[in-house]
Amino acid sequence: MSEITLVEAVNLALARAMADDPEVVVFGEDVGVNGGVFRATEGLQARFGDDRVRDTPLAESLIAGMAVGLAAQGLRPVAEIQFMGFIYPAIDHLLSHASRLRNRTRGRLSCPMVLRAPFGGGIHAPEHHSESTEALFAHIPGLRVVIPSSPARAYGLLLAAIRDPDPVLFLEPKRVYRSLREEVVDDGTALPLDCCFTVREGSEATLVGWGAMLQVALAAADQLAAEGIAVEVLDVATLKPFDSATLLDSVARTGRCVIVHEAARSGGFGAEIAAQLAEHGLLSLLAPVRRVTGYDTVMPLYRLENHYLPSAAAVVAAVHETLEYA
Amino acid sequence: MDGRDACSDSTPLRYLDPHGTVVTPLPEALAQRDGLVRLYRAMTLTRSFDAKVVALQRTGQVGTYASTLGQEAIGVGLGSAMQADDLLLPSYRDTAAQILRGVQLHELLLYWGGDERGSAFAGPHEDFPICVPVGTQYCHAAGVATAFQLRRQARVAVVTGGDGSTSKGDFYEALNLAGAWRLPVVFVINNNRWAISVPLERQSGTVVLADKARAGGFPGVRVDGNDVVAVQAVVAAALDRARGGDGPTLVEALSYRLGDHTTADDAGRYRDAEEVSRHWAEDPLLRLRNYLVAEHGWNKADEEALLDGCAAEIEAAVSAFQAAPPDPPEAMFDHLHATLPKALVEQRADLARGLRR
Repeated sequence: MSEITLVEAVNLALARAMADDPEVVVFGEDVGVNGGVFRATEGLQARFGDDRVRDTPLAESLIAGMAVGLAAQGLRPVAEIQFMGFIYPAIDHLLSHASRLRNRTRGRLSCPMVLRAPFGGGIHAPEHHSESTEALFAHIPGLRVVIPSSPARAYGLLLAAIRDPDPVLFLEPKRVYRSLREEVVDDGTALPLDCCFTVREGSEATLVGWGAMLQVALAAADQLAAEGIAVEVLDVATLKPFDSATLLDSVARTGRCVIVHEAARSGGFGAEIAAQLAEHGLLSLLAPVRRVTGYDTVMPLYRLENHYLPSAAAVVAAVHETLEYA
Repeated sequence: MDGRDACSDSTPLRYLDPHGTVVTPLPEALAQRDGLVRLYRAMTLTRSFDAKVVALQRTGQVGTYASTLGQEAIGVGLGSAMQADDLLLPSYRDTAAQILRGVQLHELLLYWGGDERGSAFAGPHEDFPICVPVGTQYCHAAGVATAFQLRRQARVAVVTGGDGSTSKGDFYEALNLAGAWRLPVVFVINNNRWAISVPLERQSGTVVLADKARAGGFPGVRVDGNDVVAVQAVVAAALDRARGGDGPTLVEALSYRLGDHTTADDAGRYRDAEEVSRHWAEDPLLRLRNYLVAEHGWNKADEEALLDGCAAEIEAAVSAFQAAPPDPPEAMFDHLHATLPKALVEQRADLARGLRR
């Protein structure tokens, strides 16, 4: 067994899902012979054929809309949007149709589709290739928003997303596509959706993040551990629907919470987490909730992106601040 | 129906002129009395039902409704050409097509009366519900047709929209894919000349909407959308073509919106009454009735019996609609996902208790 990267884990999960279920089809821009611009679909067309792995025209609204049609027919489409920066024409289909089809037909039709997209900053990508706009999608009732933070989580969560009977937006943090390696057992075991994962236990504070920010949170946790401060780290994994129970349980023990996300602060998903704490966990809190996030600015081009993205040092500083409240 | 020929000839196919006089001999199969009476009854039922729904809207019993008035031949023609296991993706002015597909009148009343159960069709259980966001349905049809193609099924997706919908990006994206992949899909455009208040001349760079099929590399054909026999024939040919693996067709059905855009609209604000009255002369019901009278001995008693039958069917549907209590409020949670996520359990319980937190 070898250690693999996150993007390899995505590929492995796609291959496993296609081998297990003939209804799973993969399509998108350049997903065929090219194997996707990040190679997430590499080898799939050769293995599963042109019918099940198809290059589409360059048309993102169509990609999402045809997934609705395929899924309504009982297929399991896994469609790729090449970068999250180009997903916005597809929102109409996610919001107006995919997330509503089951409800508006009272279960007569359903929409078991997955839309995958790489997202986030940190790889010196061109303009429009680095944003994190997951909160836009987490506001949509009926749509699951799932973000893996590691190779093993990518494998297990993507399998779960494909098998789920409802639509899932699966956002892949490209900053950690290849920077992490982890052993992944290709045994077809899915991880649970709608569930936060406690990736590190600790008693002094709770760090909450997702995607590439998990590595930032874990690096901060290491630095704090060296100072003798043990913090708990939660990987949100499924932003919508959000598992507030795991969060509230953790904060009930630690009394402090620092939320880390690279998206802009106002209206970011961290605001929902903070609101959940204010509504249901206020009496557990020993200090104000802190958010370490991107600024409410346009994501800068890459010469300045590291000034925009949260750093481990900023997370450490935020934890120190919360610890100042006795 | 060769693509180049279709595009180079923008004269719409027509069998019956507005007086019901034969201008092109009807195909034998479409000229039989029983078949024509079925088409005439379906158009009459649609018109009577439309009038009833508008009346119910005026008295506050259903919400905003999009009338089909004057365009009944399009839905009846395409609906009668389709096979049961084909799939309809309707726009919001497709009452006639939905009736032909087997959607029940009381289901249509439920939908327009603000109840999701109206789209839980007991009949055509794979047909899409009415599509409100204009143009998005074309992409869904491309997906459905791709599913048929992948599964090697001899089925066709039929998707409808108005002239205004051909301005949308989704229309072109779907056309492009349908042509590139030779998908079994038929696009039927109801060109009723008005997209709410904007006339076709200001809506589109070409007023021959069938020509837009050129962008997808497949045939576009025009048909007199007020001649139900012509619509049936043209759609049937397009369905055969798609079923035979020869790919998509765009059908432009020329008609006219005799009514307002919806019950929330007042067309008197933007178009002349004189223009509307002129188009009443092209009424699709009138021309088929004249033909039936002249060629098949349709008489006053036949007409009265047909109207009475339609009225009884509509009254029964209205009674069923009015007798149906609303869904329990928790229903808004119960069909959101296959299984209620734990994050929503508390919200659902709050609703059940009449609380909002």
